[in-house]
Amino acid sequence: MTSATATDANPAGTGEVMTADGVPLRISLARARRRSRNRALLLVAPLFLFVLITFFIPILSMLFRSVENQIVGETLPHTVEALQQWDESGGDLPPEEVYAALVEDLRIANETKTAGKVGRRMNYEKSGFASLFRTTARRIKRIEAPYKETLIKAKKDWGELETWQVLKRESDAYTLSYYLAAVDFSYTPTGEVLKLPDDRSLYVGLFWRTIWMSLLITVLCLILAYPISYLLSTLPVKTSNLLMILVLLPFWTSLLVRTSAWIALLQKEGVINDLLVWVGLIGDEHRLTMIHNATGTIVAMTHVLLPFMVLPLYSVMKTIPPSYMRAARSLGATPFMAFVRVYMPNTVPGIGAGALLVFIISIGYYITPALVGGQSGTLISNFIAYHLSISLNWGLAAALGTILLVLVLALYILYDKIVGIDNMKMG
Amino acid sequence: MALPLHATTGEKIWYYAFRTICGLIFFFLIAPIIVVIPLSFNAVPFFTFTEAMLTFDPAGYSLKWYQDFFTDLNWQGAVKNSFIIAVFSTLIATALGTVAALGLSRPEMPARTMIMGILISPMIVPLIIAAAGMFFFYSDIGLASTHIGVILAHAAMGTPFVVITVTATLVGFDHSLTRAAAMLGANPTRTFFKVIVPLILPGVISGALFAFVTSFDEVVVVRFVGSYQQRTIPWAMFSGLREQISPTILAVATLLVILSVLMLTTVELLRRRSDRIRGIDQ
Amino acid sequence: MKTLFKKTLIATAVSVGVVGTASAKDLVIVSWGGAYTASQQNAYHEPYMASNPDIKIINDDSGNDAVAKLRAMAEADNWSWHLVDMVASDAILSCDEGLIDEVDHDAILAAAPDGTPATEDFGNLIVSPCFIPQIVYSTTFGYRTDLVKAAPTSIADVFDLEKIPGKRSLEKKAINNLEWALLADGVAPDQVYDLLGTDEGVAQAFAKLDTIKDQVIWWEKGAQTPQLLADGEVVMGSTYNGRLFSVIEEEKQPIAMMWDWQVFDLDGWVIPKGAPDKDEVLKYVKFATDTQRLADQAKFISYGPARASSAPLVGKHATLGIEMGPHMPTNPENARNTLVYNYEFWADNVDDLNERFTAWLNQ
Repeated sequence: MTSATATDANPAGTGEVMTADGVPLRISLARARRRSRNRALLLVAPLFLFVLITFFIPILSMLFRSVENQIVGETLPHTVEALQQWDESGGDLPPEEVYAALVEDLRIANETKTAGKVGRRMNYEKSGFASLFRTTARRIKRIEAPYKETLIKAKKDWGELETWQVLKRESDAYTLSYYLAAVDFSYTPTGEVLKLPDDRSLYVGLFWRTIWMSLLITVLCLILAYPISYLLSTLPVKTSNLLMILVLLPFWTSLLVRTSAWIALLQKEGVINDLLVWVGLIGDEHRLTMIHNATGTIVAMTHVLLPFMVLPLYSVMKTIPPSYMRAARSLGATPFMAFVRVYMPNTVPGIGAGALLVFIISIGYYITPALVGGQSGTLISNFIAYHLSISLNWGLAAALGTILLVLVLALYILYDKIVGIDNMKMG
Repeated sequence: MALPLHATTGEKIWYYAFRTICGLIFFFLIAPIIVVIPLSFNAVPFFTFTEAMLTFDPAGYSLKWYQDFFTDLNWQGAVKNSFIIAVFSTLIATALGTVAALGLSRPEMPARTMIMGILISPMIVPLIIAAAGMFFFYSDIGLASTHIGVILAHAAMGTPFVVITVTATLVGFDHSLTRAAAMLGANPTRTFFKVIVPLILPGVISGALFAFVTSFDEVVVVRFVGSYQQRTIPWAMFSGLREQISPTILAVATLLVILSVLMLTTVELLRRRSDRIRGIDQ
Repeated sequence: MKTLFKKTLIATAVSVGVVGTASAKDLVIVSWGGAYTASQQNAYHEPYMASNPDIKIINDDSGNDAVAKLRAMAEADNWSWHLVDMVASDAILSCDEGLIDEVDHDAILAAAPDGTPATEDFGNLIVSPCFIPQIVYSTTFGYRTDLVKAAPTSIADVFDLEKIPGKRSLEKKAINNLEWALLADGVAPDQVYDLLGTDEGVAQAFAKLDTIKDQVIWWEKGAQTPQLLADGEVVMGSTYNGRLFSVIEEEKQPIAMMWDWQVFDLDGWVIPKGAPDKDEVLKYVKFATDTQRLADQAKFISYGPARASSAPLVGKHATLGIEMGPHMPTNPENARNTLVYNYEFWADNVDDLNERFTAWLNQ
């Protein structure tokens, strides 16, 4: 070790401390430090690369999908080029060359079976494109010059200005239209951005509902977690360890198990309703609806996330010496005052940590709302899943996902600033 | 927090009220988990207590949902997939996570907080976003609908837990110990196995358990990255709950509760052992 | 307990075998699971495997997100499915996107026993060049005979809260509900789709739905309405007719059918673009879609065979022994007022109207 030789006298007497092998100590130390720094980096590298490839690149590919729009240019290259010359705000239909280019493109697209695909893509912008492209491509062999006339005769949509305006607008390789849709805006045919009317707006309201419900769940978790964390931190170790099992067992139990349990409890023919009927609080025909609505989501998610609030609160409360409270009392504070003025401020770091954690997790929750949420209890994640696997509008799913991701990352950075990622503990 | 002898009536009322409230909250936490156990022995295909069950009539109880679980190919395929995927993803996550944690714990580690933040982020990013990204990317490279794809996805999601738990066991680790071992003539391999391994082992195991549970309990990513051939237990439960609710799901739930009790016990024992080794008193 | 243990062992061994021996002779067939896959297993797979011992058919219950998975396979050009069971609208979409093969129906499918070519036998049910029809099913209503104030007889009754108070369940999407709303509002059947193509028509449909909105439980999976009816959570609800058949005839629940303005839809086979062993796939398809096999499926589930020539062969239910004819959506008694799913209209408007529908739901 270099440090072992550091005190050796310097034979040259230049004032520079030298190591046994004649290298100045300063350089030798720096070298050693660099070497051990590289060694540390080398240890982290495999995981870093692994997470990069299996996790971060996929997420980047999602970001890419939210703006990607190459299909139009790839399938209709001649049309896109010909459209460059056309002035979409002039009020005239494109000239014959554009129609000819479209026929040329669709001939190829019909061979390669890609016409329907571009129709599907364009149908997100304007209903009707799907069948327009499908039927035109199928009949393309019978379309002859003059193309403008025969195309319009085959499908009257080709004679509408709006069709061409939308096509030109979406001919770039990248588009913002998914993001616009994700915040309830849309383009007019000529490319102006317009807010959707209220009865067609969906996603902004959903984001707000997601945030609002996450906040509510966070507050409920805090209200429930605070007393039991306090109790756990003040009980003797043996008792508190035993009671801790009641917090940790749910924590370790499968999410699906807990959600199924809540279905069994909350449904109309479920345990709670049975109990209430049996006790006589409600009549058999007035059973409460507690599931497939916001109530179901809130109750089940509060249960699922409660341990995430208890654990950080408990670990903070355990470090607060009981003498603080006693001191406050002996200085004349009422128990209530002592608690509010002395104890609670000391638990703020735990509240912050737990609340942020619960909020971050609930804002992206999917499984529980999907199973017990019904209509009023579904969150933004459920819509991302819907667009991924049912409506197949992957661009919109990616745009919604990106917005959610930005939201969560902002909170994550906040968490790091307040709590510090280093302080994250498990179990 | 025992009640002091000189407590006033108000304090006494508060003391008992407080304990009652806490009792109710603990009940809220544990009751849903307990309730599935008797329901899973229901003789009729409902999620509720029947009259026969409440009067402890043996006819009200049956093992048929367990029999259903153990004989149904759909469930058995799910069990097999769950274990294959969880075991392999745990092995990958534990190996990579442990090595990285060793690096992160070195005092010379540059940009420690930032790197830690990046490595832990798979735990924070909402599952649906990870699922969407992986679905797109794994489709592009042909890993979608394969066991390998799901294993890699789950491994990535399990690594943060290993990094956190192993790093925690190394907090306050005196690096002069390794130097001491070296000076006493131990080569680096021997030092690693004799000094470091015993110290981090509890963290490694509990990290591995967390990674295992993460994979074993995961349903969002597997449903998008995987296909029916990769369906796992939570997947089968999820579609069962959406399709037709049968108490077989509660039988599976009961078995999973037993599994989680075992896991919890192991992790607790390990945590205590780790604290003891590092000389931290409870 | 001992037998249970033994059964477990056997089941495990079998399942290990199933997953472990994937070879060139396996056919992975994607379908919807549950009773539907079981009917295909009984009517098609078992007899086919019996006569072709070298073929093993593996059921993959991914039907719900088959198109998404096919897209993923197409992007990677890595195909693991041989044959997929799809509803017609998904088949049209997949055909548009080039995910599945166009087929020459007369060349690959068997003619009817009397020699009628396949295209004639299936008639206008071949709604896409990629689609090989299999069954006709309908989305229709069931109601609790003991819980309704009066038995519903027409679609207007679904929207009539005075005649029939209580919750009803409807599917959580625009399709069918908008058509029913307009029909109940007195719109002539042949004008429904013209009207739905306009903003006023859509508004009219939503206005009609508004009248029952707070009495509706929205379902997403076909099993939910039968469950809700059985639990008494709703007094009536829409779902697939086969699901109602099994809850009425097999589970003997106090439920009856209301067929007025049932919506016909089709389900059939499609061949993924890159499916391996296409020769084997085509051999299977030819067998599974012949006149007798389609009629056989109706013994296990109450969906109508897509071939005209199969209809006379439909007999009794395999285990219940009841005549299946009267339970078929195509039975003249049941089919007095029917709507046929308008594939062209919905292919163009599904995204827009579903979005509007969801916005309406969230208001």
